[in-house]
Amino acid sequence: MGFLVQWGKNPWGQDILTHAQWSLVYFALAFGVLFMLGHTLFVAFWPKPAGPTTAPVSEAAAARVPQRVKRHSLAARMFHWIMAASMLTLLVTSFVPILGLKFDWVQLHWMAGIVLTISIIYHIIHASFWLDFWSIWLNKEDVNEARTRLKRAMGQTVPAPRKAAKYPWDNKMYHTAIVLSAAAAVPTGLFMMKRIQTPFYVRNPYLFSDTTWGVMYVLHGLSGIGLVGLTIAHIYFAIRPEKLWITKGMVFGDITREDFLKHHDPQRWVVGKES
Amino acid sequence: MATIHDVMPPFELFQPTTVEDTLALLDKYKHDAWVLAGGLDTFDWLKDRNKRPKVVVDLGMVPALKGIKPTADGGLEIGAATTLTEVAKNATVKEKFPMLMQAAELVASPQIRNQGTIGGNVSQDTRCWYYRSGWTCYRAGGNICYADTPSAINREHAIFDANRCVAVNPSDTAPALVALDAKMVIRSLRGGERVVDAENYFIGPAIDIMKMNVLQPGELLVAIRIPSTWAGSQFYFEKVRERQVWDFPMVNVAAAMKVSNGTIQSSRIVVNAVAAHPLRLTAVEAAVAGKPRSEETAKMAGDLAVQGAQPLNHNGYKIPIMKNLVKRAIRGEAQA
Repeated sequence: MGFLVQWGKNPWGQDILTHAQWSLVYFALAFGVLFMLGHTLFVAFWPKPAGPTTAPVSEAAAARVPQRVKRHSLAARMFHWIMAASMLTLLVTSFVPILGLKFDWVQLHWMAGIVLTISIIYHIIHASFWLDFWSIWLNKEDVNEARTRLKRAMGQTVPAPRKAAKYPWDNKMYHTAIVLSAAAAVPTGLFMMKRIQTPFYVRNPYLFSDTTWGVMYVLHGLSGIGLVGLTIAHIYFAIRPEKLWITKGMVFGDITREDFLKHHDPQRWVVGKES
Repeated sequence: MATIHDVMPPFELFQPTTVEDTLALLDKYKHDAWVLAGGLDTFDWLKDRNKRPKVVVDLGMVPALKGIKPTADGGLEIGAATTLTEVAKNATVKEKFPMLMQAAELVASPQIRNQGTIGGNVSQDTRCWYYRSGWTCYRAGGNICYADTPSAINREHAIFDANRCVAVNPSDTAPALVALDAKMVIRSLRGGERVVDAENYFIGPAIDIMKMNVLQPGELLVAIRIPSTWAGSQFYFEKVRERQVWDFPMVNVAAAMKVSNGTIQSSRIVVNAVAAHPLRLTAVEAAVAGKPRSEETAKMAGDLAVQGAQPLNHNGYKIPIMKNLVKRAIRGEAQA
């Protein structure tokens, strides 16, 4: 456990958890860099499966796809970019001082945390009532698709998988990882604000026991460290040439018909006259 | 509570005789090295087992770190290992910067001043008893300030610039040096020499919660240069302490003022033991510039000085003390 967490002593001489082991930040950074390198080499040199990479789509359904397809509403895009800005602020304010560049980070950190929290609440409400809530969650079909792609990458002869619905399986995987990290980081962060001076609370570090606080600090720290790796991977994919159409979609809101038909199955993501 | 033991845990002791050798040792051992000057702060830490350095580097045998000499601009350079008694008794310090003499003279007791150095006095760690008891507070790498809880005893703690940790800087010479616009000369083996304004030498918990100054592992404060800028000005230093025989300050104030025909031309006013760093009162300095050195100006300065103070449960008394010290500094009562 020592490689994951840092221990300390409380006034009663008891061992208490204090926080995550900060040296793990270097591992997260190394993971991010190695992931980028590994994926780049995989794309460039790994043998491609023979035949088409995806199963053909219905001609009739494809005919209904308009010239431009709305992928993200303005509200969804605003959430994404506000969340991105607050997430980057949180990561910079938490880990850059640990890496050696000292500055007054605490206030910026909790303020960015508040922005992130509000944006997540907004996103949950927006996704629940205005979007197709389940479209971003992994389902059995995604698992089968992932399995098929893995088999094909390993050289096995299996039928090509179907093209994606609105969100490809790897996109859903990333969303799930982010949700889990945020589920650990956000509530613990809100409670941790009780330990510092803010306009919201009267400071009271004795709200919970040392053990409970220790677990909270460790969860907050470990999820933050995990988010370093996840964020590096996300930015990497956002700027890869073959993924730029997705990034543009998140900037401008829509994608071209060509990109739609290249990557999506119009029967799994119904757009156009029937949508 | 920590127990003070009679015998310190073992460590390797080095007693270099040159600055170069000292820097080489500090560079070699970095975080594992502990710099020993007068030893008055050091031995508490080591006997309490709250600091466990592998290596102690004793500066006592380095003559280049001792002594007071004039500089070309009419100021002074004080070696970091110069004792407080030497500073307090030096004729040039007394003539040009009597405020520093007074500050040095008010540190602790004669025996401690004979042993303690000016470098050690400005670089000493905070006296927060929770921190010194060896508990894992913020300053010790943890996630709590035991001095800022609903039941904490925090009479000595900060009323300004607290950021999670509420410890204060306990030095008497530090505010005087900031008021005199002193320069801290720092050397390291790889980085050579860097000179930092005394005002920027001290850092608060917002920037680095585990340190009180900018010294990095491998670096050594070798000297303090006091420019002639404020030589011969009107000075004021006062220290309020609980025990008049010898004690750390509850609040102290150091002020350097250029006064012409009863009007304050410019000033530097610094208060310590109210924050984790000597607190320069720039708003007060700006407000009193061009004003007569009068009761009215003093009252205005005192009121302004304490604006924004955030007392804890037991240290609200520091606000009126600080207010009055600033008033007295402006009035020039009991002038140094």
